[in-house]
Amino acid sequence: MILSHPGIALGGFFVAISGSRNIRCRRGKQMSSIHIVKRLMITFGTASILLAACASAATPAATAPSATKAPELTAPTATPKATVAPKATVAPTATAAPTATTAPTTTPAATSSAPRTLTVMTHDSFTASDDVLKAFEQANNVKLNILKSGDAGAALNKAILAKGNPLADVFYGVDNSFISRALEAGIYEPYAVTGASIPAEFSGDTANPPQVTAIDYGDVCINYDKAYFAQKKLALPKTLDDLGKPAYKGLLVVENPATSSPGLAFMLATVAHFGADKFLDYWKQLKANNIKVVDGWDAAYNTEFSGSAGKGSYPLVLSYASSPPAEVVFATTPLTVSPIGTLLGDDMCFRQIEYVGVLKGAKNLDLAHKFIDFLASAKFQEDMPLQMFVFPVNPQAALPDAFIKYAQIPAKPARMPADEIAKNRDAWIQSWTETVTH
Amino acid sequence: MTTGNTIVTQPDQRRKGFTLSPLALVVIPLAFLSAFYFYPIFSIVRLSLAPAGTLDISAFGKIVGSSYYLKTLWFTLWQAVVSTGLTLAAGLPAAYVFGHYNFRGKGLLRALSTVPFVLPTVVVGAAFTSLIGPNGVLNTLLMGVMGLEKPPIQLLGTIWMILLAHVFFNFTVVLRIVGSFWANLDQSLENAAAVLGAGRLRRFVEITLPLLSPAILAAGLLVFIFDFTSFGVVLILGGSQFATLEVEIYRQTVNVFNLPVAAALSLIQVLFTLLLTIVYTRLQTRAARPLNLRPTQQTLKRATTTPARLLIGATVTFMLLLLIAPLIALVVKALGDGVQPLSELFINRRGSYFYVPPVVAIQNSLLIATATVLASLFLGTIAASVLAYAGQTSSTMRIRWSAFLDPIFMLPLGTSAVTLGFGYIISLDHPPLDLRASPILLPIAHTLVAFPFVVRSLLPVLRGIRPDLRQSAAVLGASPWRVWREIDLPIVARAMLVAATFAFAISMGEFSATALVARPEFPTMSVVIYRFLGLPGALNYGQAMVMSAILMLVCSAGIILIERARFGDVGEF
Repeated sequence: MILSHPGIALGGFFVAISGSRNIRCRRGKQMSSIHIVKRLMITFGTASILLAACASAATPAATAPSATKAPELTAPTATPKATVAPKATVAPTATAAPTATTAPTTTPAATSSAPRTLTVMTHDSFTASDDVLKAFEQANNVKLNILKSGDAGAALNKAILAKGNPLADVFYGVDNSFISRALEAGIYEPYAVTGASIPAEFSGDTANPPQVTAIDYGDVCINYDKAYFAQKKLALPKTLDDLGKPAYKGLLVVENPATSSPGLAFMLATVAHFGADKFLDYWKQLKANNIKVVDGWDAAYNTEFSGSAGKGSYPLVLSYASSPPAEVVFATTPLTVSPIGTLLGDDMCFRQIEYVGVLKGAKNLDLAHKFIDFLASAKFQEDMPLQMFVFPVNPQAALPDAFIKYAQIPAKPARMPADEIAKNRDAWIQSWTETVTH
Repeated sequence: MTTGNTIVTQPDQRRKGFTLSPLALVVIPLAFLSAFYFYPIFSIVRLSLAPAGTLDISAFGKIVGSSYYLKTLWFTLWQAVVSTGLTLAAGLPAAYVFGHYNFRGKGLLRALSTVPFVLPTVVVGAAFTSLIGPNGVLNTLLMGVMGLEKPPIQLLGTIWMILLAHVFFNFTVVLRIVGSFWANLDQSLENAAAVLGAGRLRRFVEITLPLLSPAILAAGLLVFIFDFTSFGVVLILGGSQFATLEVEIYRQTVNVFNLPVAAALSLIQVLFTLLLTIVYTRLQTRAARPLNLRPTQQTLKRATTTPARLLIGATVTFMLLLLIAPLIALVVKALGDGVQPLSELFINRRGSYFYVPPVVAIQNSLLIATATVLASLFLGTIAASVLAYAGQTSSTMRIRWSAFLDPIFMLPLGTSAVTLGFGYIISLDHPPLDLRASPILLPIAHTLVAFPFVVRSLLPVLRGIRPDLRQSAAVLGASPWRVWREIDLPIVARAMLVAATFAFAISMGEFSATALVARPEFPTMSVVIYRFLGLPGALNYGQAMVMSAILMLVCSAGIILIERARFGDVGEF
């Protein structure tokens, strides 16, 4: 609805301009060339008005389904029925939409003062449920302005560049591979989270109060296509060394650590397992075994992996431990078992932890603190798995059923201290590039 | 009312007015470029190369001394040259057909040829994979027909894929710029040469090519710069063993955060663009000549002879195979999972805060595209008119500064978007230009890329207008503004439409704007597609493909609409 106003204004402006000039036939039958420009303006003007009208008609109907979604999220085991039911309930509740959406706004807590704006800078993968975020907005009389700033690396660099004059109040999305860059740049305002106790294994900063708070973690693991392995009657690789064996020649696709966050995580796992002096020999072995390297998760998973909808030709892909439940949750036909699995050998996975922090120079410090508390609270942590497909750090938060049933958690993921990563990351990436891609 | 002088003698009045107006107007595009291009680039380069205040050019030494960077530079150069050559070779026959004949479905085919321009590279990768991938349509067909064990076509991840993708994306640039210029060329010179006994080849080489050279050079320059700064194609379709300068700048800026080397590489890239545009300007001043431009009613005919029909058929088939087949493969893939992804698009099943109804995404894309088209047409027309006027007057002083301006106007196209985006972060951060997190930066970023396109589309036509046409009008008493409106505008209106379609396509395709700014929630179709591709699951993939198909549809519809915005005798020039 906010968007329809500029659309209507723009459209009306153009039609008005084009209408204000008189058409006069100048040289007999030939029409003035201004007419072409007029026509262009009328075209764009009417198009804008039409679209503005469509959009304003569409947005109230779009907010209606969210009011009915909350119960379905907690009952994913009823997936066969749940995938059919929402379609039937959308129509009847569409007429009830105005009442459903106006009710929450008339709470007594809605004070007379206008809501303040809290700006949150995140990477592109941040997402959350509408009702969870709206509940936070209403409880604190705040309007959230979420700035999506590219992938994790780009967002962090933008935050560092904007250090003297921050773009936002809160920055979410740096992970343990890059946290040292953020801490060294000194972009954060320290804050100790209240209302939730996060286990010490996830802490990213040893200071007190810490500059960053961990919010979620994910395991970068190798996923396999169950159908392929069953058809070829192939045993699954159990260790990192197995991946270099001839039985798995030309079956693995990974991402480039220089450009991709999961790629970097896997390279760090190999360093943690084989040591900084021997990991390159392992990669030479993988290269001899026809490993495929692509530049991003998207290309690897959607284009090359045979177990995804892209139906590529590689049955082993470097992805996440949360990909098997995602394949079930986002399946086009209801599934009871995930079509892909995760390799769980020791050190075959790498634990990525994501952090949030208040930016130095933030304008709304109190709201920023409240937001961090909110991100660490059980309510948001329980909402995270089915939205961002990451695991919660708060031990009070319960995992959704889809994760309990379909996610395989590695017993011993590879880990590396953040400062060790910081010291050697660039050198390791450089030598990796020289070994594998050149 | 009487004035002191009854005879008003102002002998230099018109001359003074004519001298002032081009100068005055060129300030507008220059101001735009200064605020949104030069100032941010200067800020980020200063931060990178002189962080403590003193200039430190050791980064340049590192680059020149490293064989890796020199190899990258060499690769960038030769793949751009080869890609441009292939695109011209593929596009010129099609431009000939489109510039000489009218046939059924011409408008639709031309609109569809621009659709590859707007598709995100990831989606194009998926389209090509479904067509020529190991499990793709062609390979399965060939393996079945010829009984082969391994797929015969193994193009993915090779240099041929990069070259093919470049031709796929940029074919429409050659087709439209050269095609529309060719349609306006006077054929009487060729006919005269034929009467005097010149054979087909001789006519083509000695008459047509020189006449066409402004348009070919313009299209070639645009395609070359696009290929030189190619990012998505090399990264996604080529694989990790290929790196162009732009990819390297991205890695140094975003992943390694080595700003000095990144800024040095950016400057080298800008320098190459500048050099190339200067070479082009030199060639252009020799090639540009006033022409008898003819309206298309006179030049375009229906095909009557069999060779002509065969040629049209062959061209149409080639275009269909090169451009449309991958798009059809994409649509088939989109519908492959049934209509569930399509209906899923309209439901916010996960109750997500960031859910975007498709109509809202389409509306946002179109709003930004409209703003981009209008802004770039406005700025580009002024810039092109100034350059054309300045080039045609006899004053050497004017020629000098117009030759200097032309490369400057092309610079935004040859600059890395990542560098520019980071420049915005540090420069546009206080009033009156506090636009870092503002959605208005999107049409501005798109206009920066579309503006050189507009200038290049309009300039060959504007330079081809005979100066005596303008001079006659001026002698008959028309003011400079009226001369422009009544002489230049009708002739250049068709080229303006070509430029408008490019600006529209660039804005819908969101070239590198995704790398640029922090986006407040003003999601466009490309953003929605990227979001769906960022999560696993068949439903997400299906929705991404459906949204891509919708993007293709909206883009085609928009382009056809723009092309139909002209009508009447003058519009059909």
